[in-house]
Amino acid sequence: MTEPFLVVEDLTVKFPTEDGLVNAVTELSYSVEQGRTLGIVGESGSGKSVSSMAVLGLHDTRTARITGSIKVGGQEVVGLGESKLRKLRGREVAMIFQDALAALHPFYKVGSQLAEAYLVHHPSASKRDARRKAVEMLDRVGIPQPDRRVDDFPHQFSGGMRQRAMIAMGLINDPKLLIADEPTTALDVTVQAQILDLLQDLQREFDSAVIIITHDLGVIAEMADDILVMYGGRGVEHGPAKEVLTRPLMPYTWGLLSSVPDVAGDTAAKLVPIPGNPPSLLDPPSGCAFHPRCAHSDKVQGNLCSTALPRLEPGPSGPGHLTRCHLSDPATVFETEVLPVIAPDLLEES
Amino acid sequence: MFAYIVKRLLAGLVVLTLVSLSIFLLFWYGPSEPARAMCDSKTSNRCSPEKLEVFTEELGYNNPWASEFGTYVGGIVTGRDITVAGQTTRCEAPCLGLSYSTGKPVWEDMQSRIPATVSVAVGGAALYLVIGVPIGVAASRRRGSTADKALVSGFLVVSSIPYYLFALLAFLYFAVLYELPVIGQPGYVPLTESPVEWAGGLGLAWLCLGLWGCTAYTRYSRGAMVEALSEDYVRTAKAKGLPQRTVVYKHALRAALVPVVTIFGIDFGTLLAGTIFTEKIFDINGIGLWALNAVGQKDLPIVQATALFAAIALIVSNLVVDLLYSVLDPRVRLS
Repeated sequence: MTEPFLVVEDLTVKFPTEDGLVNAVTELSYSVEQGRTLGIVGESGSGKSVSSMAVLGLHDTRTARITGSIKVGGQEVVGLGESKLRKLRGREVAMIFQDALAALHPFYKVGSQLAEAYLVHHPSASKRDARRKAVEMLDRVGIPQPDRRVDDFPHQFSGGMRQRAMIAMGLINDPKLLIADEPTTALDVTVQAQILDLLQDLQREFDSAVIIITHDLGVIAEMADDILVMYGGRGVEHGPAKEVLTRPLMPYTWGLLSSVPDVAGDTAAKLVPIPGNPPSLLDPPSGCAFHPRCAHSDKVQGNLCSTALPRLEPGPSGPGHLTRCHLSDPATVFETEVLPVIAPDLLEES
Repeated sequence: MFAYIVKRLLAGLVVLTLVSLSIFLLFWYGPSEPARAMCDSKTSNRCSPEKLEVFTEELGYNNPWASEFGTYVGGIVTGRDITVAGQTTRCEAPCLGLSYSTGKPVWEDMQSRIPATVSVAVGGAALYLVIGVPIGVAASRRRGSTADKALVSGFLVVSSIPYYLFALLAFLYFAVLYELPVIGQPGYVPLTESPVEWAGGLGLAWLCLGLWGCTAYTRYSRGAMVEALSEDYVRTAKAKGLPQRTVVYKHALRAALVPVVTIFGIDFGTLLAGTIFTEKIFDINGIGLWALNAVGQKDLPIVQATALFAAIALIVSNLVVDLLYSVLDPRVRLS
């Protein structure tokens, strides 16, 4: 078996601030293979964006302390020099950001921003080649009349078109890994679906690895082959998408699932928000970072939850499904206590 | 675009009319005797009440102000003959009247003073940007470092010194106590006469204006750059793999310049309108100094002319800023 294209091991990112050290990401490990999609899910401040920005080496080395290992196509990124990182960025690994209106430069034409991305990695190409490439990419992502729209400014595009242009820019150099950071957050639902379809089509076409970062479980369910749930800068559950969505093992993941409204009309299903606030990254809770908000910590003997950090290790459903929880039988707790509240109709059917 | 410029110029014309009218009326209904300045100069300061009445009549202060204002405006467009003390002087368009103290057409004097003021303003304003912006950009890239903090606080000290004190001390040290070569003898020599002496005579004035004024530009451009560097599109530019240079100068600076240009336009207009301290201290016969003296001598036509010049300078520089705005930021549509 060949090594996955992206291998992250024990990644830790800290930011020294005047108030103390912010532990944005702690000992995070995951990998993504060519042609696969990893969904990283978590609430704001869980470290999902910070960790993926580290993959591109986008953190300012003067303000961020990064340890651990990130291997992109076998090359170590942590500690890599700026000029080598530059060759990686936009070529091997491309990133598309949420809110394309802010992420595209308002003063430059869409086409010239695309062409710029192409030219920087194809120095021998002419401006005309780059422009042709930009038109071709705009066409590829489904922008009508691309030869005309290429000369528009971002503010002349609609929200969905801007996100398409952003994707076109990300894919213009055929990257092997595409990181999409909340790619659909700023869009309305129908456009959201179109963009996700487009991303899936393009992934099949380019056979790239994709990381999709979101707090939207709907997006994850649609897109991801694997899911990594992050909480307080750590991975807390990691496994195949189907497993994680149907038989989640970590109470935080249960909380995420419970707080998704069921539009399909299951009126008995309750929308249960997770109580409390995201943990402080300056002064993380002792033990399991989720314990102050966890409804199930009383099922664990003693005060293990507040004193000992559980390891991220395989749960009862097999070696591929990791969870970070002290519960001895999380699967049963989920079925008997959580499922009846969030999806009673599922139980009736079965 | 063209329609916009025409519209703005017409609006400017209205402003000019209001500015000149308000000064006109100030002399008309103000507490002083407007003809006394002329009377004093023509009679070698032996102006009797009878003579004053003659001058008041001659200068038209006994007529309704509206018809006199009409004559004044007409003179600007076509020129006119003005008779004072039995002596008729041809005042060519744009006729801004005769100086009450010299009896010469105001425009004649003004023509020689405009280049002096423009020279001071252009040089000083150029230094605002040339010194201020690069330092601001450099500071923004090292935000929070010792160099940045030293720079910010050092410039705050400089800008808290009153400008006239700053300029006087510079004059005292560099022109009087240690007479520097080239720039040690301030004064104005027309550019057409000798470019070297022109630059040498104005050098100290430029440096004073530039060094004192650039502190504000350092602050503006540092602030604007700090903001621009944290924008999402700058992160996008980095993520594309662009070299740091391109990220900073093409993507961040372009956006940061917009607010700087706005302030620059207003400052440049103010400089053009007259740099009274600079001209006074560095012995430059420009519009500012002229206005100052004219007020002391109650020379209405000159005060009127300098006010008009200041208004035109501000109107035009504001228009240029707005046009530049639409060039810099494609989202701005002029209408």
